[in-house]
Amino acid sequence: MKKEMICIICPHGCQIELTQEGNALSVKGNACPRGAEYAKSELLDPRRTLTATVRVSNRKDTMVSVKTEHPIPKSQMMNIMKRLRDVHVNAPIAIGDILLPDVWGTKVIATQRVD
Amino acid sequence: MQEHAIVVIGGGPAGMAAAVAAYDRGVTDVVILDREAHLGGILQQCIHNGFGLHKLGQELTGPEYASVYEEMVASRGIQVYHETMVTGLTAERIVTAQNRQGILKIKAQAVILAMGCRERSRGALNIYGNRPAGIYSAGTAQKLINCQGYMVGKQVVILGSGDIGLIMARRMSLEGAKVEAVCELMPYSGGLTRNIVQCLEDFDIPLYLRTTVVQIHGDKRVQGVTVAQVDENRNVIETTKLYIPCDTLLLSVGLIPENELTRGAGIPIDPITGGAMVDERCETAVPGIFACGNVLQVHDLVDYVSEEAERAGAAAAETVLSQSVCREVLATKAGFGVRYVLPQRIHKDGDVSLFLRVTQPFGKVRLTVTAGEKVLASVKRIKAAPGEMEKITLKADALAQATDTVTVSLEEIK
Repeated sequence: MKKEMICIICPHGCQIELTQEGNALSVKGNACPRGAEYAKSELLDPRRTLTATVRVSNRKDTMVSVKTEHPIPKSQMMNIMKRLRDVHVNAPIAIGDILLPDVWGTKVIATQRVD
Repeated sequence: MQEHAIVVIGGGPAGMAAAVAAYDRGVTDVVILDREAHLGGILQQCIHNGFGLHKLGQELTGPEYASVYEEMVASRGIQVYHETMVTGLTAERIVTAQNRQGILKIKAQAVILAMGCRERSRGALNIYGNRPAGIYSAGTAQKLINCQGYMVGKQVVILGSGDIGLIMARRMSLEGAKVEAVCELMPYSGGLTRNIVQCLEDFDIPLYLRTTVVQIHGDKRVQGVTVAQVDENRNVIETTKLYIPCDTLLLSVGLIPENELTRGAGIPIDPITGGAMVDERCETAVPGIFACGNVLQVHDLVDYVSEEAERAGAAAAETVLSQSVCREVLATKAGFGVRYVLPQRIHKDGDVSLFLRVTQPFGKVRLTVTAGEKVLASVKRIKAAPGEMEKITLKADALAQATDTVTVSLEEIK
């Protein structure tokens, strides 16, 4: 299997070609070892930090911003968004408050203070 | 009339960092005037992560980055006037503001301008069509969605591929909208590469380069847009017209430093940056008035806003403490391949950092700083793009040799 991607580790933006044959992975086009690391994780287990908002029930027109504490599998982003739609919180909220205790081994936490 | 040593106009990332730096340099009588109810400015609506990698060594969201500085402001007891709109500034450093209590007049020994920027709107683009609902600047849509929880549309076309446009393409997709396309007039995106990958490619959103919106359809609500490719002179190629149904058009077509107060005080503005002309201490041509952050030049990373603001804050404090001395001044100039150089004038005193943007994307380049025949500095870059600000530091001993205008120019190398 072959996959092409642009490395996003530094501004250089290497055009990387990744080839998978059985268990062997070969990387071409990267200027540095960090590019190879990035390409491999993008192929085997691409992850993203998800950021979103949750409605604050006891404040008018107010949302609190949230994030996953650690990156979650890219494929799960929409699932977690769906779960967040059912989360309602009440102010006061502090940065770091836990809104979902377990999503793919990490937590969804507040990133904003609401008094 | 009240009196304060330093008045900071704007409580976003620039204003907060400037106030803290001034305080830490020994001027404790610092006040911040901010029009919002909470400090943080634009950061409060930038809920995505990626802030603080350079400056704080961690990857934070916008509100988290803001809270770090909010805490610094609070712990120093720096006075903040919230929901206070500054309406006037004079060259004599008299600041007029208003809030619910009434009108406020403050005489300051130094003023720091940190008002940020605003978005270029539809009116600046001359797009043909009616004025239906559903046309938003990207930042307005961002505020409505992220702060107020109001979803602006379901089927979206975005014009402009700057970072805000890219970030909003992802944000709208995550919230269940279908983003049909991001159109960019230029042959390249103005956004950071990592945003193109994480905001467009992750969500299979097409990016149409050399393409613009030529007509907006719809009467009460947007029903679609006609997009078309442009030639090298940016003229529309009629045969490429394409109708895209949508209910929302987001515009991410540039930021304009908000310098009405600056102009009111008679401070000269650089026509390229749209901000005040400053020296390396961020001092404008009017003594005692400093500028930093997006009101001075539009930045791509908040980390650099904070750094610039710290220089402005420290310099303002030095002015109040009468530590500044008059030194020899040199002008700076943008040479080949460089759109602008900031500061526009520098003093021959210590190391000086020059900030610049290139005119178009380049591969491997050498950036050279010269003064007359003398080469003051030369750096190589593996890549240069208008979307990524460059910084070159001139060493004091190199600068000491300069007697002429300091010019930065670019040459492509193999």
